[in-house]
This record gives sequence, structure tokens and C-alpha cells, in this order.
Amino acid sequence: MKRWLIAVLVLLLGRRRRRPLVEEPERTVPRGEPDPGAENLVLALFGAATVTAAAVPVIYAWDAIPNQTQFLGLALGLAFAFLAAASVVIGKRLVVTEENEEDYSTTHPGDEEALEQIVDESGSRFTRKRLLVLAGAGAGTALGAALLTPAASFGPVFDVSSLYRTPWRRGIRLVDEAGRVFLADDVEEDTFYTAFPEHAGREQMGAPLVVVRLKPADLQLPDERRGWAPDGILAYSKICTHAGCAIALYRKPTFAPVEPRPALVCPCHYSTFDVADGGSVLFGPAGRALPQLPLSVDQAGALRAAGNFSGPVGPSWWGVRNHGARS
Amino acid sequence: MRRAAVIAALVMVCSSSAAAAPPPVQWGEQLFGANCVTCHGPNGSGILAPVHGAGDQTGLGPSLVGVGARAADFYLRTGYMPLHDVHAQPRRSRVLFSKGELAALVAYVASLGSGPTIPKPQPSSGNLSDGQALFTEHCAGCHQIDAEGGYVTNAVAPALDRATPVEIAEAVRIGPYLMPRFSERQISSAELNSIIRYVQYAKNPDDRGGWALGHVGPVPEGLVTWFIAIVLLIGTCAVIGRRIHS
Repeated sequence: MKRWLIAVLVLLLGRRRRRPLVEEPERTVPRGEPDPGAENLVLALFGAATVTAAAVPVIYAWDAIPNQTQFLGLALGLAFAFLAAASVVIGKRLVVTEENEEDYSTTHPGDEEALEQIVDESGSRFTRKRLLVLAGAGAGTALGAALLTPAASFGPVFDVSSLYRTPWRRGIRLVDEAGRVFLADDVEEDTFYTAFPEHAGREQMGAPLVVVRLKPADLQLPDERRGWAPDGILAYSKICTHAGCAIALYRKPTFAPVEPRPALVCPCHYSTFDVADGGSVLFGPAGRALPQLPLSVDQAGALRAAGNFSGPVGPSWWGVRNHGARS
Repeated sequence: MRRAAVIAALVMVCSSSAAAAPPPVQWGEQLFGANCVTCHGPNGSGILAPVHGAGDQTGLGPSLVGVGARAADFYLRTGYMPLHDVHAQPRRSRVLFSKGELAALVAYVASLGSGPTIPKPQPSSGNLSDGQALFTEHCAGCHQIDAEGGYVTNAVAPALDRATPVEIAEAVRIGPYLMPRFSERQISSAELNSIIRYVQYAKNPDDRGGWALGHVGPVPEGLVTWFIAIVLLIGTCAVIGRRIHS
């Protein structure tokens, strides 16, 4: 590993074009005096920028830090400030400057080369050019890593098993927002309810349900879901499979012969899920059916889960169809 | 004393005249036969399969037995009924009946079977902030938080700017067209009063931000920014620049 690192370093540094050992042409920019103090300052500033930028991913990963967001902002801001300060020092104290006033004409083919020469010669004060470049590159790399860090918030990359997990399993009772147990008789037709698992976290993606009741004769569930809707009571995940919004709209026909089918609608992008046939997508950008939770009614008349969802809950991800929901 | 006697006499006259002229169910039946029967069927029993009816109308409509005065009053006073096309969403439109005709029709529909009566909400007893919370929870998904209305797939959730307290109370319990209906168990009468109070407030909200642009959100606000504010800004800059130059 160490050898490899050294090899890469040598390769990167060794690629630099060596200054040809020929007679220098006549200078345009006067040779400047080396300024080791300024160089040290620049090196220190680059180092500080590297450290503060590298602190960003550390702060991001370290959840125990209070006011994490503020510290993230502080570290990133300091990194930019140090980089800016380094640039100012380079510009003001290290690059040889002189002001020439001359009418610029477009008919001078030698101008470009002259310009290159000026740029080249302006660096005459630098004594440790390679170290400075390395420090600058280090600061840039650290800053790049800092800027990419928030991408980790997009979700798990390698271990996605947590995305399949829901708090539901056979026997868990459905409760309403106030924690009261849902009885089958409480659930009326033509309206909808929000339910949660009893004694479980409600913030989890897989927790909230939307519960509706249809006439048992109107159900068109697939054969393998026979018995999932006792007395016509259906439970679906309340989280849209498109972008994860809460499904807050229930459309129920007043007079079925002339009106659209009963459906759950997501208010964000109008994904529309058929309630009667197991949550299939009727309209909108959702790519998967709304996961259905099998229900049962216990002897006390309370609604209980009879298993886990028909599929993973929430917005899709790469390989979402590889597994079903897990408890 | 004399004044009290006069008032008593007046009250007696009023109450007796009201009692002498109850909303005539027979009149309502005639009106029903002329305006509603093509779709709702004889005696309001409903037509569940399309029937080619009078005036080239397709007859198709739900039974009205047991819907009560509440639903009849809502659909008629809002102009939702009669519907020009059975497949169309009922919308607020001009009411074609006089007040007396409305009362007669409502009385006739109520006589078809026992059903709920017209609610008497009291929004003044409601709590505005509770109302906002309840409206957010139950209604804003479709009607938007400012009660300006919105969309569901295949339907329009109407704006509530013209809805009266009684109409709101009726609609919440009936669930017209694709709207869910909310029972007393989901939204109590007291909560309904708060919701109505909030809807009335939302018609004339206290716009602290200034010009509300119809309360329709960021799109018109952006349009104002791009097409009015930026033009003004650039104009101001141009004027300043010209002054400095001259």
C-alpha cells in the first residue's frame, strides 16, 4: 500500500515538465526577490484549508456533536476563507506584478507567447513551487471531499436491508393518532383513516397506514391476497411509492356507475392507486403498486396486522424488487 | 304592557302563518317530476342502468330514498343539481329554482325516507386555530390550506370562497361527488364549527405579506418577480447609470 502511494505520488509529480536548460530569453517581467515568509504563510493557509475542509466529513459522520449543522457550515466556511486568503497572499506578495499601459492590437501573433512568458516569469519569486502546488491540490481535494459529503444523505449504498424493514408483523394492532385501538366496526365506508402500529415508532417509513372500507363485493384483490381485507377493510402504506409523500387524498365515488373508481391519491404528483384491486397504479409517476398490509380481526373486534406489507414501502431504489418487506 | 301584547300577537300571527303554509310536498313532487325524475327515477328510487329519457337525456342517477333534507338542500342550493350531463362533475352554478321551489323539493326528497335534516352549524362557537389544524388534517389535501381549491385525479376540488356555513357542514357529512364523507366520529359537530370558522376566515385572510396574488402560491409570485420587479429594478439601474454618466 505504502509503495503504491509513493509510486502514485512520484508519477503525479514526475509528470511535470522540466524547465528546458536553455538560455533564458530576454525577460519581460523583472525577476522578483524570493519571499519565503509569504510562501510559508501560503503553505500554512493551504494547510488550514485542508484541515477545515477535511473536518466536514468528520463532523458529518459524528452524530454526537451538538449543533452539527452549524459546525458543518463553520468548517466549510473556514475552508473557503483560508483558500481565499491563500489566493490573496499569492496574488499580492508572491506573483511579480507590474503595470504596463499599451494599446492592444489584434495583429500581433507573438502576443500569445509573450503573455505565456509573462505568466511564467511572474512566478520567479516561488522557491518551493512543487510544495505549494501540492498544498494547493491538497486543499482542493479536501474541499471537494467536503462538498461531496452530503451525498451520503441520499441513503444507504451498500447495505439497503434497513429499507425493507417495517414495524409491522402478524398480530400487531392498528391504533389511531391518539393511540386508541381501531375496531373493525369503527371503520366506515366512503371515508379514510390513518393508522399506526401499536407500541412502535411512528417516524419510520413503514409505520403509517391508510385504512379504507369497501363493500366486500367490490373487492378485486389478486387470488393470493384473498382474506387480506376482512369485512372489506383494506390497509395500505400511507407513503407514496414515487417520492415518499404522505397519501392524503381519498377519492370515493358517490354514484359508482358514472364516477371514477375509488382510489388513493398522493397530493405531490397525483399518483393514483386503485383501492379495490390491491393498490395498483391507475395514474401518475409512481412505478410500483402501493404496498398492502394484510389485516385480520381478533375476537375483541380489533384490527390486527396479519403479516407484513405486500412489497417494500416508500420510494423505490436500485434493486427494490429484490426482496419483500421484512419485519 | 301594550307593546308586549302587540309582540305576542305578532309572534302568534307569524307562527300560525308558518304553520298554515308548510313546505308543500305535493308541489315538490311536481317539481321533481318536471326536473329530476329522468335521472333519479320515479319516487326517487334511482336509475342504475342508463335509460334513454325525455329531451334526449340519458337517465342515470342514484336513489334518493333516505338521503334526507341534508343532501337535497346541499345539491340544490349550490346549483350542483340539476346536472346537464350525468358524467360531469357537479359544479356550483346558477340556481334555477326560487326559494319556495327549493324548500318544496327538499321537503319532497326528505319525505321519500327518513334521513338526516339540514344541519345548523354555529361557526361563532368554533375555535379558529383548532379549525386551521383540523382543516389542515382533513381538508387541505384537496382544497389547499387557503381553501382555494385544488385537484384530484379526474376531479376538481372546488374553492370554498362561496360556500356558506350550512353548505360546508352538509358537504363534510355527505361527501359530494368524489369527496370522502366524515362522520361525527371523525369530525365532531364542535370540530366542524371550528373548521367552518377557519374557512370563513380563509376567505378574507389577514395577509401580512401584502399583496397575496390570489393565494395561489409561488408561481404567480415568481411571475411578479420576473416580469415586474426585475423590470423595475433594471429600469432604476438604467436611470441611475444615465445620471452618473451625464
